[in-house]
Amino acid sequence: MDIVKLTIDDKTLVVEKGTTLLEAAKTIGINIPSLCYMKLEDLNFENKPGGCRVCVVEVEGRRNLAPACKTVCEEGMKVQTHTVRVVNARRTVMELILSDHPAECLTCAKSGECDLQTVAQKLGIREIHYQGEQSHYKGDKSPAIIRDMDKCIMCRRCETVCNEVQTVGVLSAINRGFEAVVAPAFEMDLDHSTCTYCGQCVAVCPTGALTERDYTWKVIEALVDPTKTVVVQTAPAVRAALGESFGMEPGTLVTGKMVTALRKLGFDYVFDTDFAADLTIMEEGAEILDRLSKHLSGDKEVKLPILTSCCPGWVSFLEHNFADMKDVPSTAKSPQQMFGAIAKSYLAKKLGVKREDMVVVSVMPCLAKKYECTREEFSVNGDPDVNMSISTRELAQLIRNANIDFKQLTDEEFDNPMGESTGASVIFGTTGGVIEAAVRTAYELYTKKELKKVDFEELRGMDGIRQATG
Amino acid sequence: MQTGGPSGGCLTEKHLDTPIDYEHLLASGSMMGSGGMIVMDEDDCMVSMAKFYLEFTVEESCGKCAPCRIGNKRLHEMLDKITLGKADEGELTRLRNLANVIKDTSLCGLGQTSPNPVLSTMDNFPEEYGIHVHDGKCPAGQCKALMHYIIDSHLCVGCTLCSRVCPVDAISGDKKTPHIIDSSICIKCGACMDKCKFGAISVQ
Ligand code: SF4
Ligand code: SF4
Ligand code: SF4
Ligand code: SF4
Ligand code: SF4
Ligand code: SF4
Ligand code: FES
Repeated sequence: MDIVKLTIDDKTLVVEKGTTLLEAAKTIGINIPSLCYMKLEDLNFENKPGGCRVCVVEVEGRRNLAPACKTVCEEGMKVQTHTVRVVNARRTVMELILSDHPAECLTCAKSGECDLQTVAQKLGIREIHYQGEQSHYKGDKSPAIIRDMDKCIMCRRCETVCNEVQTVGVLSAINRGFEAVVAPAFEMDLDHSTCTYCGQCVAVCPTGALTERDYTWKVIEALVDPTKTVVVQTAPAVRAALGESFGMEPGTLVTGKMVTALRKLGFDYVFDTDFAADLTIMEEGAEILDRLSKHLSGDKEVKLPILTSCCPGWVSFLEHNFADMKDVPSTAKSPQQMFGAIAKSYLAKKLGVKREDMVVVSVMPCLAKKYECTREEFSVNGDPDVNMSISTRELAQLIRNANIDFKQLTDEEFDNPMGESTGASVIFGTTGGVIEAAVRTAYELYTKKELKKVDFEELRGMDGIRQATG
Repeated sequence: MQTGGPSGGCLTEKHLDTPIDYEHLLASGSMMGSGGMIVMDEDDCMVSMAKFYLEFTVEESCGKCAPCRIGNKRLHEMLDKITLGKADEGELTRLRNLANVIKDTSLCGLGQTSPNPVLSTMDNFPEEYGIHVHDGKCPAGQCKALMHYIIDSHLCVGCTLCSRVCPVDAISGDKKTPHIIDSSICIKCGACMDKCKFGAISVQ
């Protein structure tokens, strides 16, 4: 391992060659403020355009200040991270960024978890000495994501994630200078672009420029309407994520409390999407079997292999980029839509409720579901199978709004009949879990025997192509 | 004397003997740059000159880094304020600080040099900036907002010529009595001054 020796704030340290000043300083407890820089540890992916200049430091012998996030440690370097020159430059740059930003923290969805707000506080900005014209861009409201580019600070994280991680390539910087902004080509709305609504750009945006479309008010309107029967379905991931919003350990399973909270909010029926996941699996399993037997009996037209179709983001990625392969994925609906269709037909009939008097709400971990339920093919005479999809965060908001002390709630059970589910759909949440469950179902359908224990791990993993043999 | 294009700087008579080469121009606070050279006299306003160059850099900024994208825009707005006589006492301190920070923190050469016209005019012509801000006047008579056309009542014979050429009817007065200009209407076109045969109209 090649190493270099340098001093930061008069402390000598040794780091691996290639380490940035930002990382090196962190190892000795010096946290240099940063804004545009982002590291996705799990993916080992970095965004470092060096654009915000909030992380600048003084390097002896260098004419101008150096961005710590982008400058690599060199042998013998002498670095100062908080001289008057550095602190003044940081504050001035921060004031500039704020001078081109609406002061809307009080009503901003991001307030409290906004990096811009946090860094401004950290730098102690109390006055903006450089006021002037602010840049304005057209708003963009899609079914899943709201873009308010007046709040964009050009950190380019969204662009990096959309292009390099998700490989969708919708976002890029357009215009120049003061008018520069990150947007789909020709400043189109997301709705008209090839966006999959995967929501990753929203997840990494440090400000309120990109936020999820909030449907909590629509949910409240339905709940207080006495003519409506309101049915809710919750995806498996929600019960593991919800507790965190109420100060519990991340990953704590809060299934029972969540069901109680939903009843307290006024939902008439609380169901588990898992049930519908089982249906999706059965459909997909039957479809594999059908395609396989056709193939084996000599049908050359049949499409193989089969791809799962329960992620709406993935489905639109395929539609936009591989339009000639639309017949490869399974034709089964996603669990969310499977559930909605059954709720508004079978369940509505069973309860003696008219279809249009039933409101189906889903609580989902991903933004693409908000878009999915607006797709035309998932509605009957303009009435959507799933009326709206809210995120775990929105559900937490609803619970807080209703003054429910979540941690103190007792546990309740999901409603039947759709509260039942087999073990198969529990593995739904893991990558490749769906295809494993589908293969399992196919085996059982074909052999009429229960599959004991087969190692399907290769189907679940992330490394390369997945296979299972038996 | 301005050399080096929009990223360059201004030099004064004390620099007259500076050899024109890369090192010497840089040492004197300007640069070789595009090799261009503009000679100006006391009728050219240095604040307006700096503003003119900033217009160019605001256009040219790519927008990638914050100090150049937003900072140059603010520099331009501040210079504009000064030429309009709307700047307050603290403006010059802020202007210098901002110019220095943009130079110190910008990502590429454009932002690192774009404040040069501001800094070099501030260094070499501090009094011009001072007069704009403190006295609300433009010594070169270029900043229209700071100019006032005035009729000297002792010299005016009341010939009415000026009031007839004024495009906005800003001049009033009876025949053979001294005329006056209403500065709230006057658009500072200078037509009256050109017409007056008695040298009664001046700019202050
Ligand atoms: S994006 Fe951040 S700084 Fe801007 S208004 Fe929202 S909370 Fe405030
Ligand atoms: S939602 Fe996904 S696909 Fe759409 S712009 Fe964001 S990152 Fe790109
Ligand atoms: S939209 Fe958000 S993530 Fe994208 S550049 Fe702007 S501030 Fe950064
Ligand atoms: S300094 Fe360079 S990189 Fe930064 S905005 Fe200006 S032109 Fe772009
Ligand atoms: S033209 Fe001159 S002299 Fe005649 S009225 Fe005007 S100011 Fe007076
Ligand atoms: S300067 Fe022009 S507008 Fe003003 S008073 Fe004279 S003629 Fe009229
Ligand atoms: S964090 Fe280093 S330039 Fe933005």
